This record gives sequence, structure tokens and C-alpha cells, in this order.
Amino acid sequence: MGNRCAVIGIGQTRYRSRRTDMSIAGLVREAALRALEDAGLTFKDIDAVVIGKAPDLFEGVMMPESYLADALGAAGKPMMRVHTAGSVGGSTALVGASLIQGGVHERVLVVAFEKQSESNATWALSTHLPFSASLVVGAGGYFAPHIREYMRTSGAPDHIGTLVAVKDRLNALKNPYAHLRIPGIDRAMVESTPMLWEPIRYLETCPSSDGACAMVLSSEGAITGTPAWVHGTAMRSEPIFRAGRDTVSPQAGKDCAADVYRQAGISDPRRDIDVAEVYVPFSWYEPMWLENLGFAAEGEGWKLTESGATALDGDIPWNASGGVLSSNPIGASGLIRFAEAALQVRGTAGEHQVDGARTALGHAYGGGSQFFAMWIVGRDKP
Amino acid sequence: MPSDPLVAQHVLEFPGGYTRTTGPVIGRFLSELRGRRIVGVRTKEGKVLVPPLEYDPATGEPVTGEFVEVGPAGTVTTWAFVPEPGAGHPLDRPFAWALIKLDGADTALVHAVDAGDPKRLRAGMRVWPVWNDHPTGQITDISCFVPEVTDIVANVRTEYRLQAGGALRVFLEGIERGVFLGGRCDTCAKVYVPYRLTCPECGNAIPETLELPDTGTITTFAINNLPDPRAPEVPFVSAYILLDGSDIPVIALIGDVPAHEVRQGMRVRAVWVPEPERTASMANIRWFAPTGEPDVEQP
Repeated sequence: MGNRCAVIGIGQTRYRSRRTDMSIAGLVREAALRALEDAGLTFKDIDAVVIGKAPDLFEGVMMPESYLADALGAAGKPMMRVHTAGSVGGSTALVGASLIQGGVHERVLVVAFEKQSESNATWALSTHLPFSASLVVGAGGYFAPHIREYMRTSGAPDHIGTLVAVKDRLNALKNPYAHLRIPGIDRAMVESTPMLWEPIRYLETCPSSDGACAMVLSSEGAITGTPAWVHGTAMRSEPIFRAGRDTVSPQAGKDCAADVYRQAGISDPRRDIDVAEVYVPFSWYEPMWLENLGFAAEGEGWKLTESGATALDGDIPWNASGGVLSSNPIGASGLIRFAEAALQVRGTAGEHQVDGARTALGHAYGGGSQFFAMWIVGRDKP
Repeated sequence: MPSDPLVAQHVLEFPGGYTRTTGPVIGRFLSELRGRRIVGVRTKEGKVLVPPLEYDPATGEPVTGEFVEVGPAGTVTTWAFVPEPGAGHPLDRPFAWALIKLDGADTALVHAVDAGDPKRLRAGMRVWPVWNDHPTGQITDISCFVPEVTDIVANVRTEYRLQAGGALRVFLEGIERGVFLGGRCDTCAKVYVPYRLTCPECGNAIPETLELPDTGTITTFAINNLPDPRAPEVPFVSAYILLDGSDIPVIALIGDVPAHEVRQGMRVRAVWVPEPERTASMANIRWFAPTGEPDVEQP
């Protein structure tokens, strides 16, 4: 795994529908300055900057990293952009960490963002090329059939998705950065909302958010502030069109989890991990990923959700921050998972802190469930 | 309507207009306006009055001779919308009379704000002056105030010439003839459709095409209720269909059956457009419709 690496600074913007008060540059800078302040550092102390965001078609800015170099104090420093669709926030953290682990740099600033209000992600994800039929409308249109297949094969009752939609939004009420705040949300409210892409209801989907997240990653010798130690990092991908591909529980996800658990010495994730921040943009992905990530046996993930085990007061809280279901600046959503995992093990998550959290999983996925990025962070030095 | 002899128009207008002596304070303000600058005057208490007054209304004392450039932007403190402008109004479209506190001023100036939609107006709104083309030293040298620029529309457009080449051309030529062309990987024996040149699993070449039937089984599907101008009318069912003899599902529209009667495992057949209308495009297939055969049990 190379040299030790730690998160020493975390910064987030408030996530909301529209940040009309600032440009994309202003947005990423707000997150970056908060991360630097958290670490007690300035741009001068940073060796390199890694930027992540989802497709350029979302804002219509090609190679936004070039335009953002000034805002992130990157002039004269190595600067690069990562792009792995929705998993990009996670991959961005991992690329930054690899620069520390490989001994190339002492401190790396990683930043990810999306300003969804500048266009419309559903439009950008549905480009409808010539010669083809125009059938998939946005991410929901893509994922709905795979959720239906999970419901059929697992035999999960229909209300499981509703439970996750409520639980994550209740958690969001404890997170000052969360976009969706729906006081009094309950199953009846979620079930009263229309089916957008059946079996996905409106309140079982993530919002469209503007926002950015940043972290300062450090080598052991350059630590300032409170570290969250990186115990394992892994990325995997697989072809979207492959005969026999399991689109409900992709092999790449299982392989990625096995790799990161091996590095971190985790044999039973439900027992060994205290809190998980997992990319759940549609509520049914919680039980699906519970199985893919080995927290439950195949077909049993929904039982964990139903039992309340993944609630903030459960034995393995998932998405204490409110998750992607509550805030979704797409390119940043993965980095937010990784950052929230770090906040938990540093003990600085505030009102949504899980008591005594020592080991946390950050997870992101993207594309048609074909890109995965994960890390395990811990309070203790590995 | 016959005119009433006891109703008459009467106009009072001093020929040529009144001459109004401005005095040095107001005169300076108007002279600066002619030069497209807005100034206020400082009171003995240090307040900046905009528009300037000759005497401080708070104390009755003369103001100082110090003029201060303010604005040109300012903030709306309050406003009244005029939905139907009259003949004497500065704008011929709906606008607002607003009190505008210009940057650097301690008092607010009354002027017209052209914000279009009344919903856009709010206290705290930032506004900028639009200057008359030929300023002459009157308050109307400022035609109106307009909202600050907060966003622009970037018309980004790329245009590609897409040429179906290699495998896609072969596949679409099959579609034109009314057949689905796939291909079998020699190494893993999986049958891919649409036809592709290499196997995504093994990376080996798939040299030959394989003609597949236009019947298959729905593996899973979504009922789409979110309208999109480029997609079929909602609700529409997009389904993964495993064509008989293939190993990977294709996505297609389901028709001739109500959305809520579609099932996983349902047998379907492609409904082709009439032969004279066929082109090398997936538009050749209207949709897949149930065959009426018993469902296939799903693993």
C-alpha cells in the first residue's frame, strides 16, 4: 500500500438546488478553503491538486480543471483531473492518496464538484445517438430495471426502498450541509409521491445539487490537525456490455470490496466497520450494496435495512450524513462519502456522529454500475 | 357616442416649459449626470445624500460642499410594481418604481427598475443604471435601472458527422433486411447482439455474424413516467430482452400491451415497420409485443 496517508482537512459547501451566488470557481474554492482551514494550512502548503467531476456535458465546460487552477491555488503545481462517471469523487480521493502513498508528494488537495443547476443531468445522460432507439431517460431510467430484478430475486417486500428514503432524509436533518431537509418525512409521504421510473418513486431518488467537497491528504511526516488514516484503497471497473454480467451485484464491486477489506484487515465488514458512507442514489441501492459489499448474504440485504441495523442508532449505520439521497452534486457525491467516512473516524461529524466510530468505509460507484472506488479510513494509524 | 357639449378638454401648459434654477447643489448633481456619473453631497454629520439636497433635512443646516461619487450600482430597498404603464411613465412596459440605495449613499433614490417579471423583484436586489444615449443633465439621463448580471447563457453546441462503421454498419444492414445479427465468440462461446468485432470478456475477434430470431424473453424492465421530448410518450416500458439464442439482453420498447401487464419472463417478438418504410436504423422496430406463449421462468 506504500507510505502512510491521512486525511487532515475536510471542507464542504452547503449543498442546494442552485448556488446562484457563485461561479464554479467560487464553489470549488469555498470547499478548498474550508479544507485548508480545517488542516490549518494555506494553498502554499499544497504540493499538487487533483480535481474530479462527472461528464463535461453537465456544465458544458470542457476540461474545467484548466479553468479552475487559479481558484485552487494550483498555478505552478502538478494538477490533474479524474473522470470515472458517478464514482469520480471516490476515484479523485484515491488518485490523491496514491500520490502520497507513492511518495511523490507530501500534501495533496483533492476537490470534486458539480453545479447541476447550470444544465440538466438527465439531458446530458440521454444523448440519443443516431441509428439507436431513444429509450433510456436519465440515470433512473437506467437503474430501474436492475432494481426490479433485485426485488424479484431477493423477494424483498415493496416498502424496503421507502424505509431507506425516510432513514437517509432523517439523518440529513442532522447534517448542516445536506441539501434535502424534509422535516416530518415518513413512509406515507414517500409512498404518496409518483413513480418516475417504476419501481422508483420520486422521493426514492436523489436530488440535483450544486456543491463541492475538498480534502487535504497528507503523508505521515506532514500531518497537521486531526488525522483520519487511510487503511485501504481500491478501484475496479468492468465492461457494461458483457454476457452474463450481474447488473444487480456487479463482480467489479465485489472485487473492489475484497481488495480494500484485505488491505485494511477486515474479515467481517458488518462487525469490523463502525459506519459506512455508501453511494445510494436510489433508495433500493442500500440493500443491493449491503449484499455486494458483503454486509449481508445474497438476497438478505433488505432484511438488514428492515431491521434498522443501518439506521443512525443501528449496529452498522449507513449514510449517517443523509447520503446521496439527500445531497447530490454528482461529481462530488463520491468524495463526500469518502470525506464523511473520515469525519466519522476523526470524531468531528457533529450531530450525525456515530459514537466511538474507529473504522469507516467510503464507497462510490458510477456509470452503469461499472466503476467502483472505495476506501477504509480509521482513527488508528495502520 | 355623441359628445356632451358640457364636457371639454382643458390643458394647462406654460409655453416652452418652466425655467427652474437648480442652485449649485442640484446643478452639480445634474451636471454630473450629464457626464454619466452619480454624485451625492455630504452633510455636516457625514451622511451622503443621494439625490443631493441643499439643506440637510435632519438638521436644517446647509450641506457641505463635498460631492461624493456613488454607485453606479445600488440595492433596491423597496418597490411598487406598475403592471400597466401610463403615458408619462419612463417605460412603456411593466416596471417597478423602486427606492434604490446606491453604493456609498446613505439615502435612497427613486427610479424605475426594468426587471421584466414582477416575481424577480425583491428587496436587496442589485441593480445597475442604463444610461440614455444623449444625456442632457436631467434625472431621465438614467433611462432606468436593471438587475445586475448574475448569469449568462452559453450556447455550447457541437455537431458530429456520425458514420456507422465496422460492426454497427453490419448490424444495421441486417436491421434494414429485418434480421438481428449477432456473433459468437470462439473462445467463450457467448453470443453477442448487436454484432461486435471483439468479445468484451476475452478480447478475441468475433469474425462471423450469426442471424438471430426476432423473438425473445423480457428479463427486466422499467415503466417510464417521466416525459422526455426525445423518448416515446409516457408511460412507456423499456425492457431488456434476451433474444433467443443470445447471451446478452438488448434494450427495447414494449408495445401492444398495457404497461402494468408487462412481466419479467414474458415472451415477445419484434414488430417491424412495413418493408417499404425500412431503413438501416433501430426505428425499423416499432417495439416488441407479447407473443402469447407461456412465460419463461427466470433464474
